[in-house]
Amino acid sequence: MNINRRNFLSVLGLTGVSLYTGEKLVAAQKIGNETEFYGVLYDSTRCVGCQGCESVCAEEHGLPEPAPDDVPVSGAVRKANENRRTVINVYNTSKGEVYVKNQCLHCNQPACDSACLTRAMSKTKEGPVIWNGEKCMGCRYCMVSCPFDVPKFEYHSSNPKIVKCNMCYDRVIEGKLPACVEACPAEALTFGTRRELIAEAHRRIINDPGLYYNKIYGESEAGGTGFLYLSPVPFEELGFNTTVQNRPYPELTKGFLYSVPSIFVLWPAVLLGIHKSVKNNNLEEEEYE
Amino acid sequence: MKKKNMNNQNAVLAKDNDGMPVLKFLAEAIKPKGTFFTPFNMISLPIMVLGFVIIVIRFIKGIGAVTNLTQEVPWGLWIGFDVVTGVAFAGGAYVITFMVYILNMKKYHSIVRVTVLNGFLAYVFYAGALLLDLGRPWNVINPIIGNSFGVSSILFLVAWHFLLYMIAMLIEFSPTIAEWIGNQRARKILSGMTLAAVIFGITLSTLHQSGLGALYLMASEKIHPLWYSEFIPILFFVSSIFAGLSMVIFEGSISQKVFDSQISEKNHRSHDGILHGLSKICTVTLFIYFFLQVLTFVHGKHWDLLNSPMGYWYLTEMIGFVLLPMGLFFYSYRKQNIFLIKLAALITMIGVIINRLNVTVVGFRWDAAVHYFPSWMEIVVTLTVLFVEIWIFRWIVTRLPVLRDSPSWVKKQSSKL
Repeated sequence: MNINRRNFLSVLGLTGVSLYTGEKLVAAQKIGNETEFYGVLYDSTRCVGCQGCESVCAEEHGLPEPAPDDVPVSGAVRKANENRRTVINVYNTSKGEVYVKNQCLHCNQPACDSACLTRAMSKTKEGPVIWNGEKCMGCRYCMVSCPFDVPKFEYHSSNPKIVKCNMCYDRVIEGKLPACVEACPAEALTFGTRRELIAEAHRRIINDPGLYYNKIYGESEAGGTGFLYLSPVPFEELGFNTTVQNRPYPELTKGFLYSVPSIFVLWPAVLLGIHKSVKNNNLEEEEYE
Repeated sequence: MKKKNMNNQNAVLAKDNDGMPVLKFLAEAIKPKGTFFTPFNMISLPIMVLGFVIIVIRFIKGIGAVTNLTQEVPWGLWIGFDVVTGVAFAGGAYVITFMVYILNMKKYHSIVRVTVLNGFLAYVFYAGALLLDLGRPWNVINPIIGNSFGVSSILFLVAWHFLLYMIAMLIEFSPTIAEWIGNQRARKILSGMTLAAVIFGITLSTLHQSGLGALYLMASEKIHPLWYSEFIPILFFVSSIFAGLSMVIFEGSISQKVFDSQISEKNHRSHDGILHGLSKICTVTLFIYFFLQVLTFVHGKHWDLLNSPMGYWYLTEMIGFVLLPMGLFFYSYRKQNIFLIKLAALITMIGVIINRLNVTVVGFRWDAAVHYFPSWMEIVVTLTVLFVEIWIFRWIVTRLPVLRDSPSWVKKQSSKL
C-alpha cells in the first residue's frame, strides 16, 4: 500500500507537470492584429503640459474639476485615481523637462479583460477597453492583473465603480474624437487606427532621429497597446514600466486553463479506476462500524 | 378520507424523527447545549459583535472605510488569508475522502465526517467572506446565471468550483443529516451518491486548489520573484494536501478533548493510529513540495536575491516551515510520538499561512513605497468569520452524529446493502 501510494503521488505529479507544460506549447501565439483597433499616439516632444486633457476628461466623464494648484511638478508623480482618469506628469531628464500623459493603454489583449469573470471589463472591436457596471461585481481582479495598475476602485462608496479611461468610447462610435485628443492645443495626441499610428510614429522618428528616442512604447509591450508613446529620452527616464513583458498577459494563464478540460476528463476516470481496483482490498481494514 | 391521510403523514414523520413531532424536534435542536460562560464564548462573543458592526460600516461607507487596501494593492487580508489560506486548510476534505472512498483505507473512516463538515463550513465561511470583499456583491450571481460568462478568467473557474464543490461536500455530508432526523430512506439514497460526489469533489479540488495560485499568474511583475513562478498552481495544489491534513490533525486533537463525550471508546483508541498514518503522508507530500520548490528556485535563477531581507524571509519559510516540519513528521512517525506529530502539524499550518500570505500580501508589491498592512478592523472581521464558523461547527457536532457513532439502524441498513 505504501509503495502504491507513493507511486501514485509521483504519477500524479508527473501527469500534472506534463499536462501543464504540454498545453503551454500548444497555446498558439495569437496577436490581435486581424482587427483594426483604434488607438491614440501621444508624442511627448509636443506636449506642453497645459493639462487641458485633464480638464476636458473630467468634464466629459462627470468627474470633479481638477484643482487649479494641482500642477505637474518634477520629482513628484501624480497618479490617476477614482476622481481622474488621466494625469500629466513632468520628468527631469537628460534632455530637460519632458511631459508624460498617463491613462489606460488599451492593450490589444488586455489582462483585465481576460481576468474579468463577468465580462464587465471588455475589449471592444473598435479598440477601447470599457467597463460595464451592470456586470461588474467589484472583485478587483482586473486591478490585480493589470501590469500598468490602471483600473481604480472607489473604496469610499457603497456603490463603488471601477474607474479608468475608456478612450471616450461613446464619442468614438459616434465618429467623434476622444475628448482629450480633440482638446489638445499642441497636437500631441493623434487618433487613428493602430496601424496608421505606428506608421506615423515611425515616420516621425525617421524624419527627426535627433529629436526622438528610437522606440515606440506600446508597439510590442504587453502584446501591443492602443495608446502609443513617442519620447525624446529612454522610457525608463519617464517612469514607464519597462519590465513589462512583450507577450500578451492572458497567455500566462492559458496553460492552466487548457489543462482544465483534460483534468476533468482524466481525473474521474482515474479515480473510479483506482476505486474499483482496491475495492476488495482489505489489507488495512481495522474493523469499523 | 382526508383526515386519515393526514394521520398517516403524521405517523410517518413521527417515526422518522425517533418518535418526536417535527416542531418539538426543531425546538430541541435550537436549544443551546452545555455551559454558556466558557472562556471561548467570552472571548469570541465580543469580537463577533464588533465584527458585525464593522461589516455594517463596510456596507454603508464602502470597503475603504474599514480596510487599508489601496489602488495598487486591491487584495489584502480578506482574500489572502480568509479565502486563499482558508481554502488550503479545507483541503483535508478531499484528501481524506480520497483515502477512504477511493483508496479504501478504512482506518480513516472515523474522521471522514468531521473532516468533510470542517471543509464544507470552511468553504461556506471563507469563500463567503469573499462577499465582504466584493465592491458590488449584488452582481455576484452574474457569472453563475449565465448572462455574462468570463470563461477566460481563472476567477470564473474558481467561483464555479467553489459553488460546485460546496454542493458536492453537502452531498457527502448529507447521510449524517438523514441519520440525525432519522429518515432511513433518505439516508440510503444519499449515501448511494457519496462515491460520485467524492470523485467529482476531488476533481474540482485539484483544479481550484491550484486555481487559487493561478489567480496570481498574471501579476507576474507584481509578486516578488522568489514567490512568483509559473509553477504556483502546482505548488498550491501540493501544499493543500499537507495543509489540509495538518488541519485534520490539529482539529482532531482539539475535538478529542472538547467533544470527548461524543467520541466512542474505540474511536478514541484508533485516533493515535490515524495520526501516525497522516504524519507519514505529510512527510511525503512535504518532501515533494520541497523538491518542487527547489526546482522552481533553480529554474528562476534568483540566487542573488537570497542575500536580501526578502531572501532571508524566503529561506526562513523553506527551512523553518517546510524542512523542519518534514523532519519532525518523519521523526515522530518513526518514534510514534503523538506530541511531535501535533507540533509538526502546527508548524506546517503556520508555514502554509506564511506561504499564502507571502504570495498574496507580503510579496505582492513588495517594492512599493507604501506597504499594505491590514487594519485592525480587517483582522477583527477575519476573526469574526473564524469564530462564527467554530460556533456553527460546535452546534452541528453536538447534535448530529458527526463524531459519535451513527444510530443503530444504520448498521442494519449498510449490512443489507
